[in-house]
Amino acid sequence: MEQSTLLTWITFTPSIGLGVIGLSLLLRPWLKPSRSFLDHFSRTVALVCSGVSLALTAVVWLNFDPANTEVQFVHHLVWIRAFNIEYFMGVDGLSITLVMLTALISFIAALASLPWGIPRDDDHHFSRRAVPGYMAMLLLLETGMFGVFCALDFFLFYVFWEVMLLPMYFLIGIWGGPRREYAAIKFFLYTLAGSVLMLLAMIALYFSSNPTTLVDGTYAAHTFNLIKLAQENDFTSMGTLLGMGFTKVLWVGLFIAFAIKIPMFPFHTWLPDAHVEAPTPISVILAGILLKMGVYGILRINYPILPDASVWARPAVATFGMINIVYAAFVCMAQKDLKKLIAYSSVSHMGFCLLGMAAFTPQGISGAVYQMWTHGIVSPALFLIAGVIYDRAHHREIEKFGGLAKQMPEYSAVVGLAFMASLGLPGLIGFISEALCFLGAFPVFTGLTVISALGVIITAAYYLWTIQRMFLGPLNENYKNLSDMNWRERLTLYPLAALIVFLGFYPMPILDLMNTTIHRLIEPLARMAGN
Amino acid sequence: MTPVGLVHFIVLGSLLFVLGMLCVLTRRNAVSILIGVELILNAAALNFVAFAHFNGRSLDGTMMALFIIVLAAAEAAVALALILSLQRRTRLVDVSKTGSLKG
Amino acid sequence: MSTETTIVENFHYLWLIPLFPLLGALLNGLAGRPLHRRFGEKIISAIGVSLPWASFVVAAISFFKLQSLPAGAQLSDHLWTWLSIGQMEVPFALSMDALSAMMALIVTFVGSLIHVYSIGYMHQDAGYSRFFAYLNLFLFAMLVLVLGNNLLLMFVGWEGVGLCSYLLIGFWYEDLNNARAGMKAFVVNRIGDFGFLVGLFVLFWGVGGAWSDAGYSLGASYTLDFEKLRQVVAGTVEKTIWGFPVPAVAAICFFIGATGKSAQIPLYVWLPDAMAGPTPVSALIHAATMVTAGVYMVARLNFLYLLSPTAMTVVALVGAATALFAATIGCFQYDIKKVLAYSTVSQLGYMFIGVGVGAFWAGAYHVLTHAFFKACLFLAAGSVILAMHHQQDMRKMGGLGRVMPITRWTYWISCVAIAGFPIASGFFSKDEILWRAFDADGLLVPGWLIWLLGFTAAGLTAFYMFRSYFLVFTGPTAKLEHGHGDDGHEEHAQHEPEEQRPVITGVLVLLAAGAVILAFVGLPQLWMGVPPALEHFLEPVFSGAENLPRAGHGHGAEWGLMLSSLAIASLGLGMAWWLYRERKNSLPEKLKERFPNIHRVVYNKYYVDEFYQATAVRGFMFLSRACRWLDEHVVDGLVNGAGAITRALAYLDGLIDQYVVDGLVNLIADATRRAGDKLRRIQTGQLPAYLSGLALGGLVLVVLVRIFLNWNE
Repeated sequence: MEQSTLLTWITFTPSIGLGVIGLSLLLRPWLKPSRSFLDHFSRTVALVCSGVSLALTAVVWLNFDPANTEVQFVHHLVWIRAFNIEYFMGVDGLSITLVMLTALISFIAALASLPWGIPRDDDHHFSRRAVPGYMAMLLLLETGMFGVFCALDFFLFYVFWEVMLLPMYFLIGIWGGPRREYAAIKFFLYTLAGSVLMLLAMIALYFSSNPTTLVDGTYAAHTFNLIKLAQENDFTSMGTLLGMGFTKVLWVGLFIAFAIKIPMFPFHTWLPDAHVEAPTPISVILAGILLKMGVYGILRINYPILPDASVWARPAVATFGMINIVYAAFVCMAQKDLKKLIAYSSVSHMGFCLLGMAAFTPQGISGAVYQMWTHGIVSPALFLIAGVIYDRAHHREIEKFGGLAKQMPEYSAVVGLAFMASLGLPGLIGFISEALCFLGAFPVFTGLTVISALGVIITAAYYLWTIQRMFLGPLNENYKNLSDMNWRERLTLYPLAALIVFLGFYPMPILDLMNTTIHRLIEPLARMAGN
Repeated sequence: MTPVGLVHFIVLGSLLFVLGMLCVLTRRNAVSILIGVELILNAAALNFVAFAHFNGRSLDGTMMALFIIVLAAAEAAVALALILSLQRRTRLVDVSKTGSLKG
Repeated sequence: MSTETTIVENFHYLWLIPLFPLLGALLNGLAGRPLHRRFGEKIISAIGVSLPWASFVVAAISFFKLQSLPAGAQLSDHLWTWLSIGQMEVPFALSMDALSAMMALIVTFVGSLIHVYSIGYMHQDAGYSRFFAYLNLFLFAMLVLVLGNNLLLMFVGWEGVGLCSYLLIGFWYEDLNNARAGMKAFVVNRIGDFGFLVGLFVLFWGVGGAWSDAGYSLGASYTLDFEKLRQVVAGTVEKTIWGFPVPAVAAICFFIGATGKSAQIPLYVWLPDAMAGPTPVSALIHAATMVTAGVYMVARLNFLYLLSPTAMTVVALVGAATALFAATIGCFQYDIKKVLAYSTVSQLGYMFIGVGVGAFWAGAYHVLTHAFFKACLFLAAGSVILAMHHQQDMRKMGGLGRVMPITRWTYWISCVAIAGFPIASGFFSKDEILWRAFDADGLLVPGWLIWLLGFTAAGLTAFYMFRSYFLVFTGPTAKLEHGHGDDGHEEHAQHEPEEQRPVITGVLVLLAAGAVILAFVGLPQLWMGVPPALEHFLEPVFSGAENLPRAGHGHGAEWGLMLSSLAIASLGLGMAWWLYRERKNSLPEKLKERFPNIHRVVYNKYYVDEFYQATAVRGFMFLSRACRWLDEHVVDGLVNGAGAITRALAYLDGLIDQYVVDGLVNLIADATRRAGDKLRRIQTGQLPAYLSGLALGGLVLVVLVRIFLNWNE
């Protein structure tokens, strides 16, 4: 099929920006720019690169054919011939929505990293400290994220997966809050441990794969090509490994790697620390995009390549989904830090994906994939909201606030909208994905779904209680002078708010993109499971 | 009287050797040690000649004795030169006083 | 059960009905404050009131259009496809049949009247524009609820009204008690919504073929549309889920939702607290419209309930129990709004009795009559509260009938209606319900039991309603206390309460008139010889209910019941008149002193709230704290423990490396050095020693050669 370099441009434009920033730093002794010039320059470069990626992604979106279940916009070259590794990028219904999400949220995060509205003398604020380095890391992170979603060669996928880790470590570890080193290293090592399992599984799959040809026709004894691994290989005949079936062991290893990222109980404890310590735009990216990679990985790798093990594991997946939803919701109730509460609510909402995914029904899988998109819009909004109040009051303790609705009505309205979306109010974006996940999982895991549905009660309780403690009641004297939202905050929050309302009433633009592909993905699994 | 056999020569040679050994090991004077060395050498030469004579009258033993004499001469020359040099340094030829190479 | 397809006519103006209030909400919500600052209250009122009236006009037009079609037709307006997943397609579509036409007219008419009333009630409130925005938003959500043509869209409206209820109860949010009441409403509603969702899931998959011997298939017909559900729902009768028949499970789960939204046992506790909101809110949301959504839902899903006598029994019993329970509490309350709140809970119980025994049209009729007389009661109470400067305790009121005649007489007419006297509509709706309850034969409990509960409650209703009337409007005239000017209302200078503005009194008159006139649509067959107009109008919607088993009591019984209803209502009125008229009687006080414990228990609502707080709420919070502890100490403890173990192992490894491995290297070097040290002693520098060594060595060599090389052979 014909090749398109669009995805490569989308993925690597941020790297070009990274290079430009690096160059500007290298040339410093000769050009002698002022510090503020360097800061402005790097911010501009970051915005421009994110903007270009966003624009190109829009082009991809408009030209995407939802009815075609093959991958589109393919860019396929041979990379490392000695190991049959190819540079294979493409999008299909599953990844197109995530690429769009990445583009949008990265751009919003770049916007949120600007210091508009932060007082000039606040030099310790993350948006004014070591700005070129920050923007460089942000751009590198963006490349990694795009790459993960577009890569269709397992090795390439792994490379991009690892590329993401390092910038995150620095972004949290340098520009974060008081316990940033602990949070950063925890995040890094935890994810890396999972990646090691993925690496082992990847190698095992490689050496067990059937011979095929590379894109230029040369013979390859094994392959990393994800499409081919799924379609041309049946690993069930591989016997046992470490006492269990080969496919099951691999599946579990890969699943743990992805489960750490989702984050799934009990591998979730890195998330609250990472979120609390990270600066606001990084929390936005972490919640909006990085968490989706776990679910994406399972759908892209576990389900197509190891279907029999997927069927074997589905009760466990559903159970863990239920635990995520209910357990994390309970923990939210007891939180005192606003950002930690939102972090745990993220854990809870990703549980919906697990539940929907395990059911192998069209509604369930649509719900799971749409929930990724939903959560990717609502969660960044929530973290931006936390950032607004933190920038003003310099703490996030819920109990210490009170009556803010009187002082900051616009902000309160936006918070109300975002909280309502997160708790799944019908008419807003959150409801559809949650309802679809429940609906899809109900016939297969009736009891688990009923218990998970109790989660909606708990979710409503903690969000409303937070609103009551923070925004209602008499105005706390300390906060009489807080200013309402400024233009940077409006610019980052209002597009998300608009999407929350619009896609709640008319979700078909996004659903249409994904439906055909994921239903085809699920069909063989459903048949195998005897649905 | 029994005829003079090989044994007598070997005994003589051994005697000479032992005497020479004693001389080497116990004398303090360097020249005395040299005399002892000469004795040892001559004992060895005597041994060679005796064996040569009594085992087929070959000339090999006599040749060896000649070699030994030459060697003894050369070696005496070198040794005496060393002793001279030693005497110039320390005004003595007493080997018990030459411990400067102690490691 | 009829399965013929109904006539559906496209009517593309239906979407205007919810749209107009939505526009009002958006305008007043987004631009309200600047508009208020520049143009004053008038522009806000203009937007906020005219748009609901416009909506009513369109609703009326649609109603007449519907009338022009043959019976059983529906109007439909498909807006766009909301969800399309595999075989499931859920449109964003509105439809209007007889039932939803009636509901839409109630919502828009009574709603618009209450909007007019709010101009007076919320005059000079700081949040004037916000109030109208929320109220319009509520109308939007309620109209989506009644006009939505499928369960999911109805659920959008269902939760939407819950949201607006939350916003409006906590409207004066600077007082945390109001905020807490709002949160309580939302959370308790959410518990009901959980039931609604589970019911939806059961129904959806049950219709599609799940839980039968064949298992469900992806190719079956999946729908959430009411019309289509009506046709296929009979197929679920054979199936069981968790051992229970599917229709029963689904119906009961939906009913749990209804107990939340319509404040029945056990989820009624939010409604009395909701009185913290402004009185128009109480009138519109917690009397006329939102709380009737549960009844509407059961009526809409009548084809499901008719499949399960168990579910219908549950509905009727819970309704009857709630009616009686709430009525007892209402007898002892002193806050006028609380009396009306418990009265609402009780009347809602009647509506559920109606739909529970299969008299769906009667339940709907009671919704209609209740909307008018209850709204009138609340608004009249609001008028009284305004006149008394936000004093709500009836003990501090009295004699207002003299100074507020319009309020007094409209309140009186509404009391007559609710108590059940034949001059107003309440008698006919309530009586029909009680008659049908008595005559019901298909339930799991005898019909007369339900009737008995309702009958007792009717007597109590008459009693407490007229108690409130006499306490407020008769007796010595109350004096105003100064210092009650909260919520931004300006202080009035007078010392006596007085009648309110026409904006307020006009609405009261209209509502009271409606409460009387609506009697005519429900005049029973017993009197007129033909079925009541409303029953005939609603008949096609409830076509499956014709064949319900009836005990077949004759006209004699029906007359007897009607007369006994009249009797008990008169008894209640009489008791109230005797005990509370003009406050002349000191018996109530004496009784309270004789039986303080009974009084205390009932006055405190049987301590149900406290019970919930001690069990559910405390348990909840404990569980959440436990989970948090678990997460921070056990799960994270394991992670940090893993980290600590790794660091300890690393430290050990470092020690090993430093002392063992490196030590080995150092040891070798050391040994070598020491050996060298010892061996050095051979170098004495003494020539004789060297010579001795030479000799000895030579000897040793010779011996060794002799031994090992055997040179002597």
